[in-house]
Amino acid sequence: MTSPAEVPITSNDDVVRVRQVVRGLAAEVKMSLVDQTKVVTAASELARNTFVYGGGGTATVELVTNPATGRTGVKIVFTDEGPGIPDVDLALTEGWSSGSGLGLGLSGTRRLVDEFDLETEPGTGTRISVTKWTR
Amino acid sequence: MERVPILKIGDTLLVSIQIDLQDQTVLALQEDLAERIVQTQARGVIIDITAVEIVDSFIGRMFATIASMSRLLDAETVVVGMRPAVAITLVELGLSLGGVRTALDLERGMKLLDSGADLR
Repeated sequence: MTSPAEVPITSNDDVVRVRQVVRGLAAEVKMSLVDQTKVVTAASELARNTFVYGGGGTATVELVTNPATGRTGVKIVFTDEGPGIPDVDLALTEGWSSGSGLGLGLSGTRRLVDEFDLETEPGTGTRISVTKWTR
Repeated sequence: MERVPILKIGDTLLVSIQIDLQDQTVLALQEDLAERIVQTQARGVIIDITAVEIVDSFIGRMFATIASMSRLLDAETVVVGMRPAVAITLVELGLSLGGVRTALDLERGMKLLDSGADLR
């Protein structure tokens, strides 16, 4: 599978496609089944957020290597040009979810990955980067 | 959009999920099931997720919604065949699916419904 792979997110079907691309690359680096399941689930949550809250955007999925440890992993960057997240601390609070109750908030998703980085600007958009390393 | 088929065995409805679920398919399944429960007067619903590789919050919430909905329509729901990796991920995600009955496989799920055990 090619890396990096850029997947546009403009429909519910694209959320499924993001999962499939992430699963393919996670299998390629021989991630354990549990870790594969975790990173694919995290990607599914974030892709849906990008579509529903961000008004669509892009997922960039790539294989990465940690120069310090030599471990390989899968990194996924979600970007959208939506309304942004007005209160990041609140969005990362355990159990918090915005009104529609569609997701579980970001805290659960963050637990499924090793690295989680969020940049958001009200009115400009959101960029969330996650990485899962092989063990 | 693909639809998930609903099979009838006696007074049980069997839903075996064999595709990668997208959100619209999930919503359609909930509606289809509600209609079929009433139409067939089914007393039980089994959702077989043996082939399902991931359950995210949207899909997980579907199980809870179907369980509550079918209960209102006088039918009990059992989710069967959850993979170990899916169970681990769901707990870590923070979705414990309280209120949803599970069994390890289809056979145990059928027995659970047949036993007429009070699943509530």
